[in-house]
Amino acid sequence: MPDQPGEEQGREGGESVWRRGGAWLGSHPPPGPFRPDFWRSPLRGSWLTSVFGLVLLVGIPIIAITGLLSYAAYNPWLPGNDTTPERGLLGFYFFDWPTWPAWLYRVTQGAHVILGLTLIPVLLAKLWSVIPKLFTWPPTRSLAMAVERASLLLLVGGAVFEFVTGVLNIQLFYTVFPFSFYPAHLYGAWIFIAAFAVHVALKLPRMVSALRSRSLRRELRTGLDGTRPEPPDPDGLVATRPAEPSLSRRGLLGFVGGGSLLIFGLSVGQTLDGPLRRTALLAPHGRMYGLGPNDFQVNKSASAMGVDPMSTGPGWRLELAGTDLRLSRAELLALPQYTYALPIACVEGWSTQQTWTGPRLADLARLAGAVPGRVEAYVESLERGGAFSEASLSARQVADHRSLLALRVNGADLSLDHGYPARIIVPNAPGVHNTKWVRRLTFRPPSG
Amino acid sequence: MASRARALRQWAAGRYGADPLHLLALLACFTLAGYAASRVVVAGIWVGFVVWFVGAAIIHDLVLYPLYAVADIAVRWRPWRRVRPSAALSHPPPWINYLRVPLALSALLLLVWFPLILRLSQDGYRRSVALDTTPYLGRWLLVTGLLFAGSALAYAVRLRRRAQPERKGSAARPDGPPGPGQG
Repeated sequence: MPDQPGEEQGREGGESVWRRGGAWLGSHPPPGPFRPDFWRSPLRGSWLTSVFGLVLLVGIPIIAITGLLSYAAYNPWLPGNDTTPERGLLGFYFFDWPTWPAWLYRVTQGAHVILGLTLIPVLLAKLWSVIPKLFTWPPTRSLAMAVERASLLLLVGGAVFEFVTGVLNIQLFYTVFPFSFYPAHLYGAWIFIAAFAVHVALKLPRMVSALRSRSLRRELRTGLDGTRPEPPDPDGLVATRPAEPSLSRRGLLGFVGGGSLLIFGLSVGQTLDGPLRRTALLAPHGRMYGLGPNDFQVNKSASAMGVDPMSTGPGWRLELAGTDLRLSRAELLALPQYTYALPIACVEGWSTQQTWTGPRLADLARLAGAVPGRVEAYVESLERGGAFSEASLSARQVADHRSLLALRVNGADLSLDHGYPARIIVPNAPGVHNTKWVRRLTFRPPSG
Repeated sequence: MASRARALRQWAAGRYGADPLHLLALLACFTLAGYAASRVVVAGIWVGFVVWFVGAAIIHDLVLYPLYAVADIAVRWRPWRRVRPSAALSHPPPWINYLRVPLALSALLLLVWFPLILRLSQDGYRRSVALDTTPYLGRWLLVTGLLFAGSALAYAVRLRRRAQPERKGSAARPDGPPGPGQG
């Protein structure tokens, strides 16, 4: 917390009236939360706040980095892939997203979403622990304090904004957004990151000293009977008139941790395969479809994407742009077929590994007269109007021997909802780039 | 040079209220945040963005927090409360956290998953997942029921332990499952 402004001397009369008025206001807070004795919890204090702060200090950077990685995973420098073309300098870190290891995006994006969900109780507890500071009276004592409080608006607003937009987005509750999710979540993240970084820089020494003021081990052995308020602190978090505790400090930590564990346990299953997937009781994409080869997570149904079953029937042809080739499904099945177990991992955090069969994209590129490794692919779908009805794949993605135009999954033909007649599967690509219902492939030299 | 730096620091401490580095760090923060905000404007979504951003800043502090603080006070409010018993053993152990914890955890799940539980995102969900959101209400109620049942069981176990006479329980008094703290 910033110090009081230093002594100022030799002021004129008018200013001293202001100062006297300010001093009077400062010593006469309005009633309610602006009075220190309004806040009664015997548990609030710098140590407790610092414990929550430490957890967030570890967790938030992981969420931020995995989030930024997810943006890079879209290869936004390829034509048609960028959902935020106005990003300017904020796209400084892009690189050619690798195809190896195939599970990388599954892990990073699963961590982004599941860790974000898991930290919600910690974020709420942190906000609870510092809420008296919102009503500090007088609102500011110096220019430094005013500027720092402005940054806290960005910090709290940014944190809640990012968590709320993320949580609503994974539940497909798009109708409430007055903006597109991608730019809002990305630019909101940068505002939050800016405020978070400066908050850490300013508060880290205080957090360390507060954490040293009590022993965590001893707190975890202290029951309700031994629970006393923290000694009065310079941060003003400790209640001046504490109530009788109804909960120990370890009880509160256990409660917050238990809340995190509960959310985690009920959602992490949507990133797993096998019987554990059934544990995802409260998660949008942990549903069971059945036991058949095509009974795994769908995330864009054919009917919703306007894919006409007629257009996927016997008349369907894969167009290889720049050639006269129009391949029927039977002709594609006559090409050398390869089978790989590869994950589909969605930006919404869920993932599942399935076994895909089809011709290699590299073979199709050769068929079109191109040299794999020297060409990108532009993929167009039969779907109408979807945000990802077209996508570009990098030269590296096209050349990877596991990148397929999948025709079959788990030994059966693809179902319509999984992209019949043919879909893209590229190792480690975000789910939306595994385009379904492919109608045309264009192989072309790298764009830049 | 050193004296000039010290003079600058003193001047900043007097006029600004903190070390010049404090100001520098915050200016860096506002520069980056301002740049990101300019991208929001270029993207043409700034009105909705500002409304949601400012709304996010106040919805916790001025809506969610007062709501749960008042709920906690309501749960703890017992107009018939008698004078605090001096001989704790002859009275039932405090039950408040056995109510608070399942209630708060259930509310937490609702807070996170309300679009699914209340079927508000039904349209988007069905278009995407090709399934209904119908099961989520039942699942939430199931988890809520299990939380309350577990809490009741824990309380019953504790009551039973208390009932066994002369267990010298004062040193080993458990404080039960934790609760959300007070508002």
